[in-house]
Amino acid sequence: MTRPTVINNVRIIDPSQHLDETGTIVIEDGRIAAAGSSARNQGVPDGAEVVNGSGLVAAPGLVDARVFVGEPGAEHRETIESASRAAAAGGITSFIMMPDTDPVIDDIALVEYVLKTARDKALVHVHPAAALTKGLAGTEMTEFGLLREAGAVAFTNGRHAMHDAQVLRRAMTYAREFSAVIALETRDKHLGAGGVMNEGLLASWLGLSGTPREAEVIPLERDLRLAALTRAAYHAAQISVPESADAMRVARSRGANATCGISINHLTLNENDIGEYRTFFKLSPPLRGEDDRTAMVQALADGTIDIIVSSHDPQDVDTKRLPFGEAADGAIGLETMLAAALRLHHSGEVSLMRLFDAMSTQPAKIFGLDAGTLQSGVAADLVLVDLDEPWIAAKDGFVSRSKNTPFEDARFTGRAVQTYVAGKRIHAAQR
Amino acid sequence: MDSFPHRHLLGIKGLTEQEITYLLDKADAAVNISRQREKKTSTLRGLTQINLFFEASTRTQSSFELAGKRLGADVMNMSVGNSSVKKGETLIDTAMTLNAMHPDVLVVRHSSAGAAALLAQKVSCAVVNAGDGQHEHPTQALLDALTIRRAKGKLSRIIVAICGDVLHSRVARSNILLLNAMGARVRVVAPATLLPNGIGQMGAEVYHSMEEGLKDADVVMMLRLQRERMSGAFVPSVREYFRYFGLDAEKLKAAKEDALVMHPGPMNRGVEIASEIADGPQSVIEQQVEMGVAVRMAVMETLLVSQNQGPRA
Repeated sequence: MTRPTVINNVRIIDPSQHLDETGTIVIEDGRIAAAGSSARNQGVPDGAEVVNGSGLVAAPGLVDARVFVGEPGAEHRETIESASRAAAAGGITSFIMMPDTDPVIDDIALVEYVLKTARDKALVHVHPAAALTKGLAGTEMTEFGLLREAGAVAFTNGRHAMHDAQVLRRAMTYAREFSAVIALETRDKHLGAGGVMNEGLLASWLGLSGTPREAEVIPLERDLRLAALTRAAYHAAQISVPESADAMRVARSRGANATCGISINHLTLNENDIGEYRTFFKLSPPLRGEDDRTAMVQALADGTIDIIVSSHDPQDVDTKRLPFGEAADGAIGLETMLAAALRLHHSGEVSLMRLFDAMSTQPAKIFGLDAGTLQSGVAADLVLVDLDEPWIAAKDGFVSRSKNTPFEDARFTGRAVQTYVAGKRIHAAQR
Repeated sequence: MDSFPHRHLLGIKGLTEQEITYLLDKADAAVNISRQREKKTSTLRGLTQINLFFEASTRTQSSFELAGKRLGADVMNMSVGNSSVKKGETLIDTAMTLNAMHPDVLVVRHSSAGAAALLAQKVSCAVVNAGDGQHEHPTQALLDALTIRRAKGKLSRIIVAICGDVLHSRVARSNILLLNAMGARVRVVAPATLLPNGIGQMGAEVYHSMEEGLKDADVVMMLRLQRERMSGAFVPSVREYFRYFGLDAEKLKAAKEDALVMHPGPMNRGVEIASEIADGPQSVIEQQVEMGVAVRMAVMETLLVSQNQGPRA
């Protein structure tokens, strides 16, 4: 059993209770014994370690709902263990692992393998998402019931889009019985064919094929119709254009059980960052224009976009040091999601409460995880944040096995200084 | 201006009017070398030029080869082809291998946009982009400009109509950049399916009819339409394309009487251009080939000589 911990004089932000007050957090037996101004002066449990939280924010540990890991199959890019250390460094205490591994997580044996490996080696909670279709091929549904029982928290086709509306309709209908969330990225295979960046003037000058926004919006609208038809719980994993946010609003007004997420990259970067073919900025969906980005920040602030994900996608030199059109999509993000999100706080565009809600309370709620709150009695998963500490994301400072960050040498203000899982400190920044 | 401040020639983008003029003047002077009986000089004697073509191109490759040889350089051709397992790996790996042989200039053609720029980051010699995907083909734009300047005496304020598959054309992009830098008026004429997104903001007036687009033009520049794009994917058929966008005597009448007809080659006769026009009195297609050698001589001499003068941007 871990030693009790008391964090004093800390600003506590807990979106699950709409709490934003300075007070004390008492951790005993790995659980939150008390958190808030009322917990002040209640005395310190025997042998407790006292942490001076003055100047810091305490929030529920972050929950990242979209993380790609290379284990099994591509351990040179990232293992469950290395991803968990990167997560801890970024203030993330739970993440959902995408099934795009080799072999694909489409069978209970793989779910069990991930959970066992995580139990043995990971610093944070790792929840596998299972493949929606066998081998992510988009044609045959997987064993939703058995996978769910084994511990899969969601069903997704990962990087692959679903093209067959009939297969999707049946999967949604069947999944409903097991209260399984279906999380999908939408990309029309014909409209988006060959596209490697946002369609527009910039792509035209660079001589690169563009992906039009309609390639995302049209299948999203189809999915939302099917979600309404089947009453399934649907989650749009990564939207990138305001037209998609509009589609979400319309679907919800019609009563669809639909939520959506956006990657931190799409909230803080735009297509101009690609510059002269910088492949670390090659993502799916592609980085969009600055107008799109600001509209998406607004949609996050007003709650149309439910959650922020890192979309952590480790890639190696062999998949990134290529001509832009041939390079793989994806960027790492576990270690920079919080710091990048704080840019939206410092710019005054999104409140801290909404940011922590979108990175912790909401994803926990959508995927049914015991996380995202500091209420007494829950496991003490939390992050201490220095909102104002300036730092530079130097390449050799990254914990992740892969270094494909779009934030290389970026200047940030604010970071996770301590991360706790079940009351145990799993990360303490060098200060 | 008596020098050229760039280490590589990766594109027309980033070149000033003065720098373009410098290259064109130098190329103009080089034309005579190829017209002499004794065509070989010793400007680049002892230097090594490697032509690294990942995409087959007889014309451009032999033009670069002749240019290098006429300057006295040792020229080596490497045709890598596209059949190799993974194109990108081949690019970097091949580049590193070649770099170890200490070439002085690498001439690169590749099917991916940005490939020449990527390679330039990895090698320690000058790099000339001989065409990267749908991005740029700077020496083609320079040779087109030289051809026009020699015929018209200037580039500023002339009207150039670029016709055909602008969408997939690196030649069009480089030409739009160069002609704008030199003060020419650029038009593009094509069906909307063959124009890139945002073309209206790229420095060209957009036309969808040859008659209007060619009106009063000083230069009609035709682009090649690749076979696989002719049968339904971008335009319905060859015969419909030729009917509306192929250059024939009738459509050419809209342009100025002394308008030049150009084509970067290889031509699809009867698709984008009628044979009688390609071989007619207004055609400068053969001159373009001649200017190609001169421009490439000028580019390589400029890069290799200026490189020897110390560190460059």
